[in-house]
Amino acid sequence: MSDAAATGSAGDLGRRAMPAVLGLGSFIVFLLVVEILIRVGLINRYIVPLPSQIAGAFERIIVEEDIIGRFQLTFSEALRAGVMITVVGILAGIFLYRFDLWRRATETWIAALASAPTVLMYPLFLVIFGRSAWTIIMMGFVAGLPPVILKTIEGLAGTRRVLINVGRSFNLTPTQQFTKILLPAALPTIFVGIRLGLIFTLINVVGIEYLINFGGLGQLITDLAERYDQPALYATICFVIAVSVCFFIITEWIERWLTPVE
Amino acid sequence: MPATSRAIARDSAASADVLVVDDVVKRFNTPEGQLTAVDHVSLGVRQGEFMAVIGPSGCGKSTLFNIIGGLVDGYDGRVTVAGDRVTGPHPSIGMVFQEESTFPWRTVIDNVAFPLEISGMGKSERYDRARHFISLVGLNGFEKRYPAELSGGMRQRVAIARTLASEPKILLMDEPFASLDEQTRLLLGDKVLQIQQELQQTTLIITHNITEAVQLADRVLVMTYRPGKVKRIVDIDLPRPRSSEIVSSEAFGRYVAQIWADLREEASRGMKDDEQLRAGAKP
Repeated sequence: MSDAAATGSAGDLGRRAMPAVLGLGSFIVFLLVVEILIRVGLINRYIVPLPSQIAGAFERIIVEEDIIGRFQLTFSEALRAGVMITVVGILAGIFLYRFDLWRRATETWIAALASAPTVLMYPLFLVIFGRSAWTIIMMGFVAGLPPVILKTIEGLAGTRRVLINVGRSFNLTPTQQFTKILLPAALPTIFVGIRLGLIFTLINVVGIEYLINFGGLGQLITDLAERYDQPALYATICFVIAVSVCFFIITEWIERWLTPVE
Repeated sequence: MPATSRAIARDSAASADVLVVDDVVKRFNTPEGQLTAVDHVSLGVRQGEFMAVIGPSGCGKSTLFNIIGGLVDGYDGRVTVAGDRVTGPHPSIGMVFQEESTFPWRTVIDNVAFPLEISGMGKSERYDRARHFISLVGLNGFEKRYPAELSGGMRQRVAIARTLASEPKILLMDEPFASLDEQTRLLLGDKVLQIQQELQQTTLIITHNITEAVQLADRVLVMTYRPGKVKRIVDIDLPRPRSSEIVSSEAFGRYVAQIWADLREEASRGMKDDEQLRAGAKP
């Protein structure tokens, strides 16, 4: 590689990395400003702990509070709910796409359900499933299901007519038409629904863990809040946010992989 | 059956046309009443022949394309391929569409190999055959690219290669270069001519471009504006092999002028109709 090319690719890398560096830098500056404001007494340290204390509390929540084990529990609940919303959501979407009358009869309800605060239904789920992981999983399932159904319908219905006609011109069977054309064409849109659904599911899983005080990261937040262990509480909240960010990045990668070329 | 249709059908039978469209009528129900899109159209395409169907916008060309391709039913008359009646998509007819029709989630080679995959052919064999057709349309080296990485003309060549890979008896193309610029259109026309001559592929192209029709076809069928009827069939007696260079010849110009004389009146009717429709729609 020539020097000019090497310099050019290094320059490209620098330009690509610039937004991430700027974002991270701004965050660090923000933490420093908060640290200073707390130390000079402009922010009450009993309400907002020092960022340095929060950073120090990470070791404690890992060693003493078993945050990794709790994360595994939350993750397994979110995963089970995620698999359920994917399977049920896609199948329901396909059903409603194929049967237009059913679609017209139910689509508005499903859209309404997507925007409804389903978290308020948790007492009902407690009665049905008891104070168990299944209450959490089912609440996550109900919250995450509508976007998957709606986006599956949108993706299938949005398949360009000409692609369907190409399939017809090659004499594809209805099953081939679906698996070789409709589904691949709809997949990027379906995955947007899955991603939205998984985000709603994760929010609800942690939220219900918090509300019913049953295991996982949500319960740890309740415990720490009740003990008024502010640095550990904030460290746990940061951990949950970090998990959400990682989750978002991973799903974004998968989405890009499903649509190989922009 | 009208006299012209009977004559064409008789001629078709005599010359053993591979594709016969016999007295086809297609009507659509619209809010304004019944609209006749295709009115008693008959034509015959001989083995290895390149035929162009030309007409003004809205004359029913695409409806005719869909009828021949078996994508539209509920019409009167009949379409046959080598004597076999077309009642739906026919394995002997390969279609190239006006709109961009490559599968964006498949690479070029997977797009071209698609009909072979459907037929159950093994991966290595279908890739070998797909490479042959990719080479035929001049896209060697682009096998692993996705359609989004190609130009409009290259994507249309992928669509043509994919259709050719199914080895149809008849290649049916609906304004395949409509979305391309004039230069690409001429060069792609050359490529299509070259392929047609190499494979002796019976081809029927639907177009509204006179230059394209004369450049490519052995015969040009001129359609009237709504309802779409056969106005005239013009034999293009230009030497083969042809290329886009022929557009500068005197004989080419004469054919273009002759077809335009037929088409002009129809295009004017179409324009007036459109203006009246828009004036009526104005609040």
